[in-house]
Order: sequence, then structure tokens, then C-alpha cells
Amino acid sequence: MIAAIEPSWYLILAAMLFSVGAVGLLIRRNPLVMFMCIELMLNAANLTFVALAIKLGDINGQTAVFFVMVVAAAEVVVGLSIIVSILRRKPGATADDLAELKG
Amino acid sequence: MISELASSFAGSFPAQLPAQAFQGPEVNWFALSPMLALLAGALGIMVVGAMTPQWPKGLYAFVSAFTAGTAGALAMVQWDDITDTGVQTLVGGVVAFDTFAMFLTITICMSLLLVSLLTDSFLRGTPNEGPEIYALYMVAAIGGIVMASANDLIVLFLGLETLSLALYVLAASNRRSLKSAESGIKYFVLGGFASAFFLYGIALLYGASGTTNITEMVIAFRNGVDLDNSDPLALAGIAMLIVGLGFKVAAAPFHVWTPDVYEGAPSPVTAFMASVGKAAAFAAMIRVLVTALPFFRDDWGPVIWALAVLSLVVGSFLAVVQTNVKRMLAYSSVSHAGFLLVGVEAARNTAGEALPGDGIASVALYLMLYSVLVIGSFGVVTVVSKASGDEDGDSSLDSFKGLAKRRPTLALAFTVFLLAQAGVPLTSGFIAKFGVIQAAVEEESYVIAVIAMVAAVVAAFLYLRIMVNMWLADSDGGDDAEPVTIPFSAGVAIFGAAAFTLFVGVFPGWLIDAAQTVSIIAR
Repeated sequence: MIAAIEPSWYLILAAMLFSVGAVGLLIRRNPLVMFMCIELMLNAANLTFVALAIKLGDINGQTAVFFVMVVAAAEVVVGLSIIVSILRRKPGATADDLAELKG
Repeated sequence: MISELASSFAGSFPAQLPAQAFQGPEVNWFALSPMLALLAGALGIMVVGAMTPQWPKGLYAFVSAFTAGTAGALAMVQWDDITDTGVQTLVGGVVAFDTFAMFLTITICMSLLLVSLLTDSFLRGTPNEGPEIYALYMVAAIGGIVMASANDLIVLFLGLETLSLALYVLAASNRRSLKSAESGIKYFVLGGFASAFFLYGIALLYGASGTTNITEMVIAFRNGVDLDNSDPLALAGIAMLIVGLGFKVAAAPFHVWTPDVYEGAPSPVTAFMASVGKAAAFAAMIRVLVTALPFFRDDWGPVIWALAVLSLVVGSFLAVVQTNVKRMLAYSSVSHAGFLLVGVEAARNTAGEALPGDGIASVALYLMLYSVLVIGSFGVVTVVSKASGDEDGDSSLDSFKGLAKRRPTLALAFTVFLLAQAGVPLTSGFIAKFGVIQAAVEEESYVIAVIAMVAAVVAAFLYLRIMVNMWLADSDGGDDAEPVTIPFSAGVAIFGAAAFTLFVGVFPGWLIDAAQTVSIIAR
């Protein structure tokens, strides 16, 4: 018999996902993977919202998730188009290759 | 096991609600008219622009500027209503209707108007000449206004994303330049990172207080004994929010994106970012920290203090060693963020009290004056770098050499803006800096006030360096260097901004009086 799953487990899972995303963004150099890390972080926040909504017995946390999903979708559109416009000019570019700007 | 899971979840929901028709909140449409005007402008220019052939010269910019002017005028009408009837919240309590929101709305509309005029000649003859850039400006401005008037953290996040997403595209909008694309992706990755932190902070605060609404949050924390285990969650949330906001306002140590993005983005877009982006982000910071979280003011206060000092030092010292004017102005914007944080720190001492101090008012005034200044400065950079004929726009310090001989009026306007950024008396920059330092001194934050004044002196060296290059050095091409021509609309924007800078510097009273009223915040 396993213990009942508590909402707080999801909070820990979300915190771990968020850390994976944050660390991944800092150490990975492929723009697409960095972009996926941002999505991971946003969805970790979503999971936190849902878990807390269950914990508090309050529906507002779950409605917030819908707004965030829309925002994340819009971010995909913008992010992918910027990445495509760069990769078209410099195929296979990593974050280290983008060093026109420094000083 | 699955049924066990389902039942444990079902148990946490309130019992089935009785079926009833959905009832939306009551909306006072007229109070939202500045946002609606901008929305109509953005949709109109996009839809009509897509269905008609290329409009005659400058018409797109005129429509954008006209929309901005209309929205600003509507905000002034709302201002009158607010001073007559007092502050309130709208749309079910998620939008604050107060003079702080209107002051920032007017600031953003002024910035939009000036930047639209500036963009017109910049886009002439490029593939981007069309409605898209202006539509993005207007959408970004709506996002900024929503941020400045949000009374709910989720609404604030939506405004933040509306502004940021439009700015990412604008930064990358010069498709012929690799620099512009690079600045776009850098801004996107770091901005997305910051947004995720911000959102996670909202989620944790929701867990601590049980609500995302600022009004309810203040009440929940004040009575906050019935929520177990709330403090670590709330403090972690506040830390996340400060990281997110720190990135958006470009405060050190979260400023690393600023020089790259400011340099790579097209110059008018940089002007827009530096004015509207900064104004909206600081308005959000006031809403989140001072309005929503006065209960924790002794926890976030020292963090803001440290960010302010770091920004002042980093911004002033690193600016001096740059060789590109856009990068110099980017670092100077970091040091301006430091000054604004001094104002936020001053607002901390009276956060949540019935008699607010001068902190909020000084920040709002600073934002308005700084927006005009920075647009003027980047406006001059736009004109000079466009005249260089370079694809990316040459904005190195050398390209400003001998500007006084090539186009004295432009050099004179730039001198006014630089003196104002340095905080020289009889310019609006002095009024702005004096305001925040005075607010800090009134709250007895002497240390930070002294650091701010020392940083202002160091930063003055940077502005002098640009001025020396313009007035005393000869251009590399000698006497036969190309004269810089000032396009009409850009000239209107630059000299309008210069006139405003000097006028407010000499007669600041009316604006200071207006700014004093913004301290009363609806919540």
C-alpha cells in the first residue's frame, strides 16, 4: 500500500522541473534547447499553480494556468520565428557563435 | 490506486456549484478608453494596411502618433474623473483606476508618439516600411499600460508578456542585420528566463496568500495567521519576483543583456525599449512590491537597496570604458535604473501606510522625464547612424566626431539631452534626480543618497566624453565629411523632446504638483 499522493509532492516536482529548466538554460548552447528550457520553466510554474489550487481548494489557481498556456503559445510563435531567422542565416549556430555584439 | 487518487483530488474541491448562467464582471468601458484607443489603432492599421497598397509617405507613422495622442488625451480626461471621484478598481477588481496608472499611461503615450515620429524616416526605404512596426509599438504600449494599472498579479503578468513579446519581435525586426537578429534572440532568451521567474514567484505568492489579487493579498497577509507555513513560501515568491523584475528594469546584476540588446536593436526600437519598457517595468515594481507586499517591506527593502547601489556603481563605471554611443547610453540606462531604485527604496519606508511619502511620486516623475530624455538621445543616434550609410547603422563614438560642425542644431539638442541625463540644473534631469534623492533623504536613507550623488558625478564624465567628441574633435573625413540631414518628422521629435526637457527644467512646478497626487494608489 503506497501513501496517498499529496499536492505538496507536486510542488516538489515542480520545483525540480523549474531547476532543470533554469540550469539547462544556463548550460546548454543550442538555441532550440534553451527555448525548450524556458517552456519547461513556465510549465513548472503552471504545475505549481494547479497543485496549490488543489491544496487551497480554490479554483483561481487553475484558471491562471489557462492564461499562462496562452502566453506560452504566443511565446512559441515569437521565439521560433526569431530562431528560424537566425538559423537560416547561420545554419547550426549555437549561443556561442552569436557574438557580434560585445564590448 | 487510480480511484484512490481521483477521490483524494475530488475531496479537495468544493461541492458541486448550483448551475447558473455565467455572469461576467461589470466593465466601465470608458475608464479603459486609453487602452481601447491603442487597441483600435493597432488592429486598424494592421487590417486596413494589409488590404490596401502602400500608404503615402509617413501616413503609417502619423496614424500611430495620432492614436498615441488620442490615448494620452483620453488618459487626461480619466485623470480629471479620478481627481473628482477618487480612486477605485475596475473589471471585478483586477484593474486599478488611479492617477498613478494615468500618469504612466500619459508617459507611455508620449513615448509612443515621439518614437513613431522617429521611426518614420528610419524605416523609409527599408523592407520594413509598412504598418507592422507601428502595430507592434501600439500593442507593446497596451502591455505597458496594463502593467502600470494592474491590480492582479496574473493581469500584470499578461501585460508584461504583451509588452515583452512585442519588444522581442521589434528588437529582431531589422532582418537585413545579423546584429538585430542576435539582439532579438538574446533579449528573448533572457526575457523569457525572467518571465518564468516572475511567474513562478506569482505562483508561490498565490500559495502563501491564496489569491493573486493585490487587494485580497494585502488583506490575506495582514490577517495572515490562518495560513500555515506561509512565510517561507511567500519569501521565496518575493525573491523570484525581484529576480524577474530586476531583469526587466535592467538593474545590476541582472543588466547583462542591456548593452547587447540596446546596441543590436534598430535605434528607434532601442528608444522605445528604454522608455516604455523601463516605465512599465518600474510601474510593475511599484505595484508588486510597494502596493501588494507592504507586509514584507523589511524583507525586500534591503534587496532593493543592494540592487540600487550595484546598478549605480556598475552603470556609471562601466559606461565610461565603452566606445559605442548606444552601449554607453545602455549603461547609463542601468545607472538611471539605480536612481529609480533609490526612489523605490524610499517608497518602502511608508509602503502600506495611510500617509505615503514622496517615493512613489518621485519614481513616477523620474519615469516621465527620463522617457522623453532617452528618446531624444536615441533619436539623435538614429539620425546620425542613419546618415552614416552603414547597413547596421554606425553608432561608434567616432561617428559623432565633429557633429557640431556638420549639423550644429543636432549637436546642440544632443548636448541638452546629455546634460539632462547628467542631472545638470535647468534641465528636467535635475528635477528627476533631485526628486528621488530628496525622497531618500526624507526617509533618512542618507547612505544611498550619498552613493547616488557620487555615481551621478562619475556618470557625468561619460556624458562629457560624448560632448567633447561632438564639439571639440574633428571628424575623420576632415572638412569634406558628409553633412547630416535631419528628416522632418525625426526633427520634430528630437526638438520637441529638447524643448520639453528645457521647459520642465525651468518651470517644473506644475508637473511636480501633478506627480504628487499619484501616491494614492487604488487597491
